[in-house]
This record gives sequence, C-alpha cells and structure tokens, in this order.
Amino acid sequence: MDILSLFVVVPVLIVLALSFFAKDLKQARLISVVGMGIQFAMSINLIFAYLKERAVNTGIMVFTKDVVWYETFNIHYSIGVDAISVVMIALTAVVLLAGIFISWKIDDLPKEFFISLIALSSGVFGFFISTDLFTMFVFYEIAVIPMYLLIGIWGSGPKEHSAMKLTLMLMGASAVLSVGILGIYFNSNADGGALTFNIFEIAQVNIPEAAQNIFFPLTFIGFAVIGALFPFHTWSPSGHASAPTAVSMLHAGVLMKLGGYGVFRIAMYLLPVGALNWADFFLVLSAFGVIYGAFGAIMQKDLKYVNAYASVSHLSLVLFALLMYNKTAWTGAIIQSLSHGLLTAMFFALIGMVYGRTHTREIAKLGGIMKVLPFIGAIYVITGLAYLGLPGFSGFVAEMTIFVGAFQHPDMFRRILTIVVVSSIVVTSVYILRMVGKIMMGPLSNEEYKDLPKATWFEKTGLILLLIPVVMIGVLPLGLSEMLKESIQPFLERLL
Amino acid sequence: MNLESFLLMRSEIGLLAILILLIIFEIFSDKKQKAAVIPFALILLAINTALGFLPLASGELFGGMFKTNALLYFFKTTLSLGVLILLLQSADWLKEKVVDENKAPEFFILIISSLLGTYFMISAGDFLMFFLGLELATLPVAALVAYDTYKRVSAEAAVKYILSSALASGAALFGISLLYATTGTIYFDSMAEILTSSNLSILAFVFFFSGLAFKISLAPFHFWTADVYEGAPINVASYLSVISKGAAVLILMILLFTVFKPLIETWHKIIYIVIIATMFIGNLFAIRQQNLKRFLAYSSIAQAGFILLGLMSVDNLGTATIVYFVAVYIFSNLGAFGVVQAISSFSDKENIDDYEGLYRTNPKLSLLMMLALFSLAGIPPLAGFFGKFFLYTAAASQGYYILVFIAVVNATISLYYYLLVVRAMFLRQSDTAIPYFRSPFYMRLGLILAAIGILVAGVYSPIYDYIFSISNTFLN
Repeated sequence: MDILSLFVVVPVLIVLALSFFAKDLKQARLISVVGMGIQFAMSINLIFAYLKERAVNTGIMVFTKDVVWYETFNIHYSIGVDAISVVMIALTAVVLLAGIFISWKIDDLPKEFFISLIALSSGVFGFFISTDLFTMFVFYEIAVIPMYLLIGIWGSGPKEHSAMKLTLMLMGASAVLSVGILGIYFNSNADGGALTFNIFEIAQVNIPEAAQNIFFPLTFIGFAVIGALFPFHTWSPSGHASAPTAVSMLHAGVLMKLGGYGVFRIAMYLLPVGALNWADFFLVLSAFGVIYGAFGAIMQKDLKYVNAYASVSHLSLVLFALLMYNKTAWTGAIIQSLSHGLLTAMFFALIGMVYGRTHTREIAKLGGIMKVLPFIGAIYVITGLAYLGLPGFSGFVAEMTIFVGAFQHPDMFRRILTIVVVSSIVVTSVYILRMVGKIMMGPLSNEEYKDLPKATWFEKTGLILLLIPVVMIGVLPLGLSEMLKESIQPFLERLL
Repeated sequence: MNLESFLLMRSEIGLLAILILLIIFEIFSDKKQKAAVIPFALILLAINTALGFLPLASGELFGGMFKTNALLYFFKTTLSLGVLILLLQSADWLKEKVVDENKAPEFFILIISSLLGTYFMISAGDFLMFFLGLELATLPVAALVAYDTYKRVSAEAAVKYILSSALASGAALFGISLLYATTGTIYFDSMAEILTSSNLSILAFVFFFSGLAFKISLAPFHFWTADVYEGAPINVASYLSVISKGAAVLILMILLFTVFKPLIETWHKIIYIVIIATMFIGNLFAIRQQNLKRFLAYSSIAQAGFILLGLMSVDNLGTATIVYFVAVYIFSNLGAFGVVQAISSFSDKENIDDYEGLYRTNPKLSLLMMLALFSLAGIPPLAGFFGKFFLYTAAASQGYYILVFIAVVNATISLYYYLLVVRAMFLRQSDTAIPYFRSPFYMRLGLILAAIGILVAGVYSPIYDYIFSISNTFLN
C-alpha cells in the first residue's frame, strides 16, 4: 500500500472497526482516537517524506500512482500530492484529531457519531490526493453527505432545517459541478488525444475558449459554494450554528477549504482562459463576500453565528486572493486556508466548551468567563488576536501576504478592490475585540457561572494540538512559503 | 432446427420448466404441503439464475422472430436475479397471508409467467413476438395486483392497471399496424431498412411510443402508477417498478436505436421533452407523498426520466449505460421496497411518519433503507451514483448539456425527498417508533443480496466495462 492511499484506507478501516467492535462511548472514542492519531502521525510523516522526495523529484506531483478504474471512460484512480495538498492533508489530520478530543463526551449514539465523522474525513483525504477529476468528485461527494446526519442528529437549534439546507445547497453545487466536469471531459480531446479525466493531461490541452467560458462558471460555482461564495454562502451560518462542535470545526476548518482548493486546481488550472474572462465578475462577488461577512459578523448575537460569518469573510478572502493572479497572493491564499482552518476550528472548539458549561451562546448573557475558566479564556483571547491578524500568529502572515500580493497587481480596478477588502481588517478587529472583551473580561455576568468546571485534559489536548501549528506558521512563515513556492510554479506557468 | 439452436432459448426454457414443475407441484400436493412451494420455487429460480451466468451464443430462431445476444442474455439474467431477490423478500408475506388461502403456487406461477413474457418481449425480432411478450408480461401482473383480495384498494388498483394497460396495449398495437401499413413488414430488421421519416411513420411512432410509455410510466402517461402501487401488495408494486419497467425501457431502447433510427430527429425531440416532464413531475409529486408506496411510485417515475437520458446517445455508450443503470436501479429499488415490505409485514405501517425513530430500534433496516435511497439519489460510493453520472455522460457526449443541467437540478430535488425519509429514520425520535424485530431468513437474504448489489455494482468497475464490451452486439 502506498503512502497516499493509506490516508483513505485507514479511515475506512477505522469505520469498519467502529461498526463491528465498538460497544459504547469509551470503546468508540478509543478506536477513533487511536485511528486518527495514526492518521495524524502519517500526515506529519508525509510532510517530511514529501520534503525528502521533492529534493530528488521534479514532477508536479510526487508519490504518484495510477490504476485504471473505469476503462470505458478512461477513469483512473490516480493520486499524487504537491505541497498544497500535503499541507491541506496535515490540516485535515490535525483538525480531525482535535475534533475527536473535543467530542470526548458525546453521549447520544457515540459510535455513529465517530463513524460519520471519520467517513467524512476519508472523503476529504481522498479529495486532496486525487489527480483524476472523476475520482476527486466521488471523494468530494463522500465528504459532503455525512454532514446531513452529523448536523441533523447531534446538532442543536433548528438542526433539521439547517442540515437540509446545507446538504441541498452543497449537493446542488456539486450537481452543477458535475456538468462542469463533464464539459471539461468532453473537451479534453480538443487537441486530438483521447478523452481523459486526468488533471495533468487535461492541463496539456487547449480547450476552446467558447467552451471554457461556459464551463468555467459552472466549475467555479460548483466548488465556490462550499467555499462560501456570496450569494451562495447562506448554508454556512445556519449550518455551522446548528452543527455539534467537532462538526463545525471540521466543516469550517477543513471542508470549506475544498472549495478554494477545487477552484484553484480544477476551475482555474484547467480552464485558464475562462478564468481570466470571468475573473472580474467573481472578484467582485468575493470582495463583496469579505465585507459582507465581516459586517454580518458584527451584527450577530450568537457566538457561533459570529464565527460562521467571520468564516464567510475569511474564505471569500481566499477566493479573492486566488483570483488576483499573483504568486504572492496565491501563497497567501493557501496560508490563509491553513490559518483560517486552524483558527476557526479553535474558535468553534472554544465556543463549544463555553456553551457546554454555560448552556448559552448569546454574547449578551456571557461575561467575565476568564475569571472562572482561565485556560479557556486565555486561549480564547489568543485565538481572537491571531484571528484578527496579530503578528506572530498565522493570521497575520496569511492576510499580509494576500494584501501585499493583491496590491502588486498593476490593474487599477484590482487595486481599488484590494483597498476595499483591506478595510475588512478593521471590521474584523471590531467584532473580535468586542466579542472577546464582552464574554471574557469584565465582571462575571451570572453568579451561577462561578463554579463552572475547569478545562479537562482532553479539551486542553485538542486546543494545544491546534495552537502549535498556528504559532509555527506565525513564527516561521518562510519555511511554509518556501515549501509552497515550487508547487505554485506550475500554476504560474499555466495561468500567467 | 437442432437442439443447439433451440438452446439459445435456454433462459426461457428454464422458466418454462419452472412453471411446469410448479403446476405439477400444485396438482399433486395436499393442503399441508402447500407451504413447501416457497423453498421449492425459490431454489428452482435460483438455479435458473445461476445458470444465467454461463455464457451463451448469439443467434436467432423461428426465422428471426426470436433473437438473443450477449446483452439481452445479460439483461435477462439481471431480471431473473431481480425477481429472485423480490421473491425472497416476499416469501414471508406469502407464508403468512397467502399460503392459508391456498394461493401461494399461483403467485409464483403468475410472477414467473410475467417474467417469461418480459424475456420474450426483449428478445423479440418482430412486432408479433414483441406484442405477445408484452401481453404475457402484463396480464399476470394484473392478477397479482389484486392479490390482496381482502383489501378493496387492491381490487381497485387491479382494475385501474388492467384498464390502463389495455389502453396502452391498444395504442401500441395501433402504432404497430400503422408501421405495418407504411413498411409492409413486421420484422425489426427489414423495417429498419425500409422505414423513412413520413407523417404516417411519425404518427405510428407516437402511438407506439405512448403504449410503451404507459409501461415505463413516463409523463404524461404516469397517472396510473401511484394508485396502482399503493393498492397492490408491496412486492407486486416492486415488481412493477423494477422488472416491468426495466424490461420496457430495454425494448424501447432497442427499437429506438434500430427500427426507429430513421426517425431519430423526431424521437430525439419527443424524448427530450418527455425526459424533462417526467423528471419534474415525478420529483415534485414525490415531495408531497406520505405513503411510502406512493412515494416510491413517484420516485420511480422520476428515475424513469433519468434512464431516458441514455437514449440521447445512440451508440454503445447509451446502450451500456441504460442497461447498467437499470441493473443498478433494480438493486436500489429492491432494497427500498424490501425494507418497506419487511416493516409493513411486521407492523402494517407504510407511512413516512411511522418510520420516525426507526434507527434507534431497527438500525440495520434503517441503514439499508438509507443506502438504497442514497443510491437512488445518486450519492457515491453507491452504485446509483455511477449509474447516474454515466447517464449524464451519455447525454453530454452528444452535447445535451442543458438537458444534463436540468437533470442535475432534478437530482438535487430528488435528494430532498429521499432525505425526508432519512430524516424520519435517523434524525427524529419517537415514543411510538416501530419496535425492534428480527426479519425472517428469506427476507434477510433478499435484503442482503440487494445491499451487496448497491455497494458493489458501482465501485467494482468490471461490471460496467463488461456491459460496455457486449453492448455493441445488437447495434450492427
């Protein structure tokens, strides 16, 4: 078994082990934590293996493998990774492991919870390693559908409604995406070769511009809906608010990144001319999304909604940076994906911890939590500061890189858009500082909160797991951008 | 005619032998032994199905009236497997409700005659054989629909079914006679050479197509479907929705791709509109259903719309994809109907609301139901996803992207109502949930077979590649 396929196989094995052997919560979480611990170790190993392999291998993808799946359609199970996929896989593994620690005490149907969560993760891992459009699409849908059960069964509030809305919007988007993929497939013989789903073979083909203009928006929207593109972001606030903690973490932290990744690797990379023609239109939408999400977050009363809208804002920024056609901005987009993934997962985890103790997420009802929960409070403040871009944390590196890159663009229209988008930083500071100040500082809002139980070991483990990479990216950004540089090169060659 | 060429009809002869054995059993068994007919018939059919996996040569018999080739043979085996699963699922219903009334052998005789009819229908080489097969496939089902004699709706459904299918057969027959009038032949091969696009031939096609559209329950000929499914015993509804429909789709495809190929301009337009209408009507009506039989009826109407997408691609791709999708659809629908049957025979409950909280009491059944519904909705890695995606591919290969777009919109709508059932089973909790029960052996076997089909037929790609490799056998 090769190093990459294991990322799909291990979760499947864990799911099987859970279904057949887990009897209760204790066994279920033990199996899950061991399995995902292995997965996490594998992802760390993958980073080093990748760096070692990269030194000797100059291909776009390394650890490639190709097995014919459907001969008739020339569908292959073909896999491979570059630096972008490697960091995304590492992000997924760490968020997932943290999510399992955070769900340590899930009481209702624990076995099924972990099965759904890990089944979902196998889709995510598969998505990031695929280099075949069809296989990638299969994994993408596998990653989306368990969300319905995860939100619907273990969620809170109007969970049935939110789950249905989220599932239908995302599956609707993936349905649109399937038309885009078919369009790409049937144009992949434009230069006379055979029809193919292989991304890198299609990248050699000059698809006619007329076809690119039709299929780029389909593909782009298909992916960007899960990346919270305005006006298709409406599933996100309600979905995240209703989801249980670990699911919000995984969804905002990892699943929404599938959107940006797909947009970059499929929509833009395979349809470069269509992308250029449509770039302005989608730039405006994503820029609007950044501002809209930020102002949306200010208005919210519920902590989870604040974070959900903040995610819309920060992920629109990823799309914005991708459409800026600039090496620096692209690096920034990837770092922003990572940084947002970690930070938003931390936020959702913290909100879950606060909510689990106080049974409210309303900002107005909370206050002075830091006094009774010092560990959670401190991490909350750190996360907030990192989120609004304090130097030394990942958020700063990401946003700085994006804005520097975006402003480099000679086009006046893009510079103006950049300036508009930069102003969202201020708005972000407003809602983050207000929220953190209100719920953490000041006098204790409710006497009953005096005896809230302290953070447990598993909660601390989960948070620290997430915090370490945040600080690492913040302190050592050069290592990461150096690693990404080589993988962005093929995009530069094809798109610029 | 020598024995070797006679054996080209091996599948049909096998079914005929089963019929005769069943009749002999019926005559010579006394009342106490009647229950033994169930394992007896099941074993016979299982043997016949297993024989279907042995290879068979292509060829024709009776001067071209009867044709067989690898694709038809594969399809017959699939249908036989479908009927086997269906009979396994209905064995316990028969044991409880039918054996006492001394009607169990007839049930098998009727259903196997109908299967024999579908075999002759799809193997037909001329319109006479086709029509005989069609009638043989239809008439026994009318009796089966009325099998719940103690229920008034069952009789009502039977009357509806027999009247509408008589009308449909009449329309088809009228179309055939007009075709004969234009070409002077009833053989498919010679007709395909002579037929040209004229007003009369188009009229003939329209009548003929309406007749078959009744069987496949395409809009606007779908009105009988929901009522009949609701009134009929569940396994008969299941038979109607998978076996009858699948065979009718196959013969429609064969005729469109061969006999009616000269009219391709016309029928492409007709099919285009019918696809859109069928998908929308099936899907939008399914949303409102409470009774699961009606629900599955509308869902099967919508699925028929999807199947026709394959007709837009008149080549190997379209053929292989339709056959593959029908096979996948048989497994998925049998999974869903099987669960409905299991629950109905335990508790007499058939409404979606009754399924609330089912996962907490009957996790395995709920899981299978979810798999079946997700397969129908087209969620990977289940077989239905691959079937649907390849249908889209077939339509897109001819440039029908708008049609594919409408289809994917419909797939999303269908996901909504399939999720309604999943919601009832998994998300809701109920104090009046159907309590835990253990299904009898035959039912479990039937459900497991369906589940294996749903899980394996998609991911295991050689199945599709095999169908593709044999799908050119009738086109040339």
